[in-house]
Amino acid sequence: MNDRMRRIGLAVLPIVLAAAVAVLLLLAVDAPPLRSFNLVWNGSLGTTNKLADTLLTWVPLVLAAAGLIITFAAGLWNIGIEGQIVIGAILATWVAREVPGEAYFIIPATLLAGMIGGIIWGLLAGVLRVYGKVNEIFGGLGLDFVATGLAVYLIIGPWQRAGVASTSGTDLFRAEVWMPEVGGFSWLALTIAVIAVIAVFFLMRGTAFGLKLKAVGANNRSAFLLGIPTDRYMLAAFALCGALAGLAGTVQATAFHHKLVPSISGGYGFLGILVVLLAAFRTAWIAPIALFFMALSVGSTQLSLRLGLDSAIGGVLQGVLVLFALLAGGVQAKRHLGKRRVAGATLVES
Amino acid sequence: MEELATIIATASPLVYAVVGETITEKAGVINLSLDGSIMLSAMAAFATSFITGSVWLGFLAAILVSAGIAALIAFSSIKLHLNQIAVGFVLTLLAADLASFLGDPYVGERAAHVEPWAIPGLSKIPVIGDVLFDHNLSVYGSYLVVIAAYWFIFRTKRGLELQGVGERPEAAFARGIPVNRLRYIYTIIGGGLVGMAGAAFSLDVKLGWRDGLTQNFGWIALAIVIFGGWHPIRGAIGCYLFGALQTLALKLQPVWPDLSQILPILPFALMIFTLLLVYLDWFRRLGDRHPGWRRLLASDPPSGIGRIFKRE
Amino acid sequence: MALELVDIHKHFGRVRANDGVTLRVEAGELHGLLGENGAGKSTLMKVLSGFHEAGSGEISLDGELLALRSPRDAIEAGIGMLHQDPLVFLPFTVLDNFMLGSGTNDRGIAAEGLDELSDRFGFSFDHDTPVRRLTVGERQQLEIARLLWLGARVLILDEPTTGISASQREQLFATLKTLAAEGMIVVFVSHKLEEIEDLCDRVTVMRLGKVVGETRLPVPAEQLVEMMFGKIIAPTGRAGSSTGSTTLRLDDVVLGSGLLNTDATSLGVSEGEIIGLAGLEGSGQRLLLEACTGLLEPESGSIALGDKDMTGLAYRSYHEAGVHYLPAGRLEEGLVSGLTITEHFVLAAGASDFFVDWDAAADRAAALIEEFSIKGTPDSTAESLSGGNQQRLLLAMMPPHIRLLLMEHPTRGLDIESADWVWTQLLERRDHGTAVVFASADLDELLLYSDRILVFFAGRVIKELDARQTDGDQLGHLIGGRSVA
Repeated sequence: MNDRMRRIGLAVLPIVLAAAVAVLLLLAVDAPPLRSFNLVWNGSLGTTNKLADTLLTWVPLVLAAAGLIITFAAGLWNIGIEGQIVIGAILATWVAREVPGEAYFIIPATLLAGMIGGIIWGLLAGVLRVYGKVNEIFGGLGLDFVATGLAVYLIIGPWQRAGVASTSGTDLFRAEVWMPEVGGFSWLALTIAVIAVIAVFFLMRGTAFGLKLKAVGANNRSAFLLGIPTDRYMLAAFALCGALAGLAGTVQATAFHHKLVPSISGGYGFLGILVVLLAAFRTAWIAPIALFFMALSVGSTQLSLRLGLDSAIGGVLQGVLVLFALLAGGVQAKRHLGKRRVAGATLVES
Repeated sequence: MEELATIIATASPLVYAVVGETITEKAGVINLSLDGSIMLSAMAAFATSFITGSVWLGFLAAILVSAGIAALIAFSSIKLHLNQIAVGFVLTLLAADLASFLGDPYVGERAAHVEPWAIPGLSKIPVIGDVLFDHNLSVYGSYLVVIAAYWFIFRTKRGLELQGVGERPEAAFARGIPVNRLRYIYTIIGGGLVGMAGAAFSLDVKLGWRDGLTQNFGWIALAIVIFGGWHPIRGAIGCYLFGALQTLALKLQPVWPDLSQILPILPFALMIFTLLLVYLDWFRRLGDRHPGWRRLLASDPPSGIGRIFKRE
Repeated sequence: MALELVDIHKHFGRVRANDGVTLRVEAGELHGLLGENGAGKSTLMKVLSGFHEAGSGEISLDGELLALRSPRDAIEAGIGMLHQDPLVFLPFTVLDNFMLGSGTNDRGIAAEGLDELSDRFGFSFDHDTPVRRLTVGERQQLEIARLLWLGARVLILDEPTTGISASQREQLFATLKTLAAEGMIVVFVSHKLEEIEDLCDRVTVMRLGKVVGETRLPVPAEQLVEMMFGKIIAPTGRAGSSTGSTTLRLDDVVLGSGLLNTDATSLGVSEGEIIGLAGLEGSGQRLLLEACTGLLEPESGSIALGDKDMTGLAYRSYHEAGVHYLPAGRLEEGLVSGLTITEHFVLAAGASDFFVDWDAAADRAAALIEEFSIKGTPDSTAESLSGGNQQRLLLAMMPPHIRLLLMEHPTRGLDIESADWVWTQLLERRDHGTAVVFASADLDELLLYSDRILVFFAGRVIKELDARQTDGDQLGHLIGGRSVA
């Protein structure tokens, strides 16, 4: 009972601490905390318009997080996810620009192209890792920058806007390519995200593939001896995560920006890593956590508009929350308060 | 000549960061937070200099901020056995956002910065004087840090112990070396140098504060540490090569705009290439066949990197 | 001068690695510490060198009580330890390795010290060579020189002959004899009977964390064997198993790993036959097992399963052909920490259908748990099970039809009930035609269950025995590297 209380305490503590940090930061810049929280709420989830905005940013984040669930299960740190988003967006943009057709054809085509782009970039990190023994963190990091460089090159080079070579982005896509909206809600993007999260949930929970992936991540040697082709499973994890990241990139290009911009990834790949860390690798948690994160991010822009604060406060709170959660998890493991069952990537090393 | 001097000057913050991270990683700890650490310390340096009017206090603030982040990584790894990558990654994003938030009031302000100071005598040497000795204390400090780190790591008993701790902690422990205490110390020292990189950006090379001032330089520094084979001098050379690329990109901007955007990616391509190279057998044998080249070619990471040391 | 350890206790969780060990070593004589792997020798020496802190007990040197909280304390007290795998820094140069931790900054002095000691013992080092390129024997020599240079009065050597050549062994022994004669305290830890007999003046024997005897050497080897392994109940009159067609055939297979190379080995194993692999740890048994399962490609020779040549094929091909391998590390190379018993059964079934019916899987797991008397629930994770239950789980996970089962230490660390149960399972498999090849350090087990025993010594099969006509003494001798008429 006592253990249970303490465990709950350690789970709640990060939230309390993060809230305290938020209050302190707001006081430090002379902002009224309660009014600020109210602004964040109203500016993100409080009105239908804002909710639609927030949900549109939720889509790429939750797609990235869902993909990362898969790579983390296989014991891999897919830092290359940012690049996978970017390449997905680039391929989707290519289709959007070069392939003619009506919406019913061109939208699925951009989605498919985005997935292919993400898969290619994911597999590149995977091949470097599996066959070249290049650590996926640094290999992925390198590929992120290569992808961004490629995007910038395309934007100011071959795909530059008529007459101006600027880094503000390509020309807007023609209207058929835009993902459809109803009442401001980008229903197609949302549907894709929801399906992706459910699919990953069942993949990890209900399939032999997910189970084998977890075995590969938790103990590569045992998994190999059990007859699992571990190399192929690691590559598959990279490919699947790449596909979801590519979808995120496509959504960014065709539903949000309606063009290719240099910062097309929106940082959702890295933020996705935070989401998955806070969710402690549990798929069911990524959707609400991602929504909370996006509510903070989108709502924080209100603080900037109304109170003249920097909107980065949303990011600060996200980071503080994850940091405290990690530390609390470390303390908990240290005290042996119950064994947390985590297969795949682990936060606390034995 | 003028370009060479520019390269040396613009590369100086990176040199601090690369040397700092090299020291940390040599001790077996990865401080992945560089991109955020540099950003937050750049902001802290600028704000402090703006408020107090003292460049020195600016540097000090930057060192404290970044060393504090490093200490947190060391603590969470050594005491709580948390994954260094996870904690470092979270701190990367957190510190960068914190810098944006706290730095907001200082955007566009002017503050005391590092004053140019040609070294009397040395700066009069033809060519070399102009390139190397007609800068300011921040730039000279970066030379000093490289030489001191090289000398310390490879020429002193304490440096040997530092390498031992990162290479094989059990063996270092068996020789009576306090592994975890040294890991704390060198992670914090390395973090302090990373903080100097931040200060060197906001108080010298980039003068001022704005959002994203030092964005990506932390990742670039991490890549250069690998490219430099965990050697301070090779790391510094990496920084100067990168500085040359940057300068080249600037020069090429008007004539060849596409290419100038690609050049900054090169360090990462080189990093991947380096990582791939050290895995190849023929490359390993090259070092064995030509002992003289070995130092130059040695690119293996410290074997104990990222590994938690526990007694049993 | 004498080194004394009194009533040392060291427990790791529930394992009592040292359970009240008392030991006295006099200066001037070479003292052997003998025992099988896992007897607690290395733990005791790690306590003595400050690497582990003892749970309780006293250590004194020359009548003076020592507080050994870290290796630093031990070094300062003059205790130097040479670890089984010499704790050197591979990329660093010889001189750097020699200096590291010494407290001096002066390369000149260090170089002089190294040269002096090298001359004295006939070692030869190039100061600037990275230690990576030294042989294991040379790395040891460097460590010995370093420990002496630091002023060690007590030298502990933990299994120092693993991985070194015969001539290096000679040289090592000569060095140790010189040092002991000069009045140093030398403790030589080994599980190799022959070496202790060759080298030491006195021996202490450990078994299961306790000292079981001490004697001056020489004594009859049988006496030491009995102390090491306990009383051997030689089984008699066991019915041999019927054998069928050949399951596994090795022809002149030569194997190599970094440390050990085996001589050409040939072997035929029939359907329903049990082959025991005897020998000291690391004599080549594991290499043979790994070769038979495709994990280690032979340098020459051929391997066939039934009529099919398998040489050079990968593990998966062996796996699919009905070869099953169970290495000693149950949680390292068998089970997956973090996954439940149910999940293990699903993995083991090689579930090719994409969706897993978890309810059915849990039911099946519950049934198997019952059938194999595993103490746990379908939701228990692998690491939460005891060693015996982990082994039960591993056996329960085996597919129904196996042609060849390869096992390492089938019953190590298990209580008698679990051990008996394991063998009941294995014999049942055998009766259904599975060929079993197992490596073990338990002589009883080898004699009781094998049809034939291959005795390994230093990478060589030195004898093939008919288990029914062999007794424990004979086997113990052979394991120690001695041929018996």
